[in-house]
Amino acid sequence: MFDLLNYTFFQNALACTLLIGVSCGLIGTYIVAKRMVFISGGITHASFGGLGLAYFLGLAPLLGATVFALAAAFGISYLSDKKQFKEDSLIGIFWSAGMALGVLFIYLTPGYAPNLLSYLFGNILTVTTGQVTLSTLLCAAIVLFFCKFHRPLFYIAFDKEYCRSHFIPIASVEWGITALVALCIVLCMKLAGIILVISYLTIPQAVAGMFYKNFTRQLWLSTLVSCLGSLIGLFLSVPLNTPSGVTIVLVFLVIFIVCYICKRH
Amino acid sequence: MEEIVELKNISAAYEGTTVLHDVNFTIRDKDFVGIIGPNGGGKTTLLKVILGLLKPTAGEVVYHGAKQALFGYLPQNSRFDARFPISTREVVLSGLLSEKGIFRRYTRQDKAKADELLATYGMGDFRERPIGELSGGQMQRVFLCRAIISSPRVLILDEPSTYVDSKFEQEFYSLLNDLNHRMSIVMVSHDLGTICSYVKTIACVNRTLYYHDSNLITPEQMELYNCPIELLTHGPVPHRVLLRHDTKH
Repeated sequence: MFDLLNYTFFQNALACTLLIGVSCGLIGTYIVAKRMVFISGGITHASFGGLGLAYFLGLAPLLGATVFALAAAFGISYLSDKKQFKEDSLIGIFWSAGMALGVLFIYLTPGYAPNLLSYLFGNILTVTTGQVTLSTLLCAAIVLFFCKFHRPLFYIAFDKEYCRSHFIPIASVEWGITALVALCIVLCMKLAGIILVISYLTIPQAVAGMFYKNFTRQLWLSTLVSCLGSLIGLFLSVPLNTPSGVTIVLVFLVIFIVCYICKRH
Repeated sequence: MEEIVELKNISAAYEGTTVLHDVNFTIRDKDFVGIIGPNGGGKTTLLKVILGLLKPTAGEVVYHGAKQALFGYLPQNSRFDARFPISTREVVLSGLLSEKGIFRRYTRQDKAKADELLATYGMGDFRERPIGELSGGQMQRVFLCRAIISSPRVLILDEPSTYVDSKFEQEFYSLLNDLNHRMSIVMVSHDLGTICSYVKTIACVNRTLYYHDSNLITPEQMELYNCPIELLTHGPVPHRVLLRHDTKH
């Protein structure tokens, strides 16, 4: 099994899995603390529209997904801040609109679309060196952002009105994290696929939440669980000959169940 | 007394309905203002305008000095998620955000300051406890610590007695009296008995604002204001009967 490490494609997959593990561990902790899981689902599915459009236009699918994910993230947060629409209704609209557009564009594109399937269910083994570089940059940005701003970020998430009463420029922090959430979701799509992204952003965090009620400690533990689970899943998927994304999710689940049982006894 | 915040001809509205109309109000250094008035009269709206949380539809708010570290605020109902992963100490530290800005790191001294405040307010043993596990009264003390850790010039309290248990009430108000030596206090309360025994001045808010430069509203003053009698509070709470204002002060 470890012979695989000699192959570039597996080295790329391994590097990307770790980078995604770290990124999702951090971003997911924020998402879970702020109860944004459903928003993240909306952003993920909305990005499918971008994938379809890019495919239809002959562009890189990831580019389309990124644009749509950012538009959905900012669209949902801007429109729900205006209080004209309820947040969950907006999520539903962006969610279904993205999926409908994605399917429509694939339908309009002549021929079979095998690449798109890998975005629905994920396939980390096809990751290119260029994508590893992009993932490294994004992961570095996320780590830096959390190192520098984790306190303001969580303080604002905890009580936005109080921070506003101190005339703190909260918009810049909120825009920063909104963009990073959207980008992290696109990054994770390569590994987990649209259908399973949400598990990378919630299960390791739920495990961390069982042990710690403090966000700094949750950040550390969920990142650790996320990386560990991803590595075990990736290495297990080879001898088992199972899709890596799915295997990782199931490893997360096992960790969750084991921790839950241990905690209860 | 030195003026810290001035509200000039302020009107404010919620979803098109005017709640405050032509309000003039000045917060002076070391003043302790009690704000009273009927429910829906605009007390909380007034606080929100002062704090910059609600943009007035007309008029101007003038802040003398830097806005960032001006206020400590103890909201009536902090709308927060009780399961948010934040410890009591971190909640208090969040009060330093205005002073620190988003770029500066928190130091050991900051943490020591938070711990010291929590200990002063009888919450020293709870500093690692998640905020959601505290009782209402304990939370209120923690939020008071958050409000004062940055040594603000004005402490704003919205109905603090809602959560303060009777055991802590006496202590709470004497703490406020101590704090008043260092900062101005603006307190909204429906509890007129409390207002009259602790505050220095009174402001009545009912769409507009009437300022009384004393903590007692005597019949003579009522006569001076030329007001017929109006009941300000209802229900079982002890209340005083004040007169209707026909003229603004």
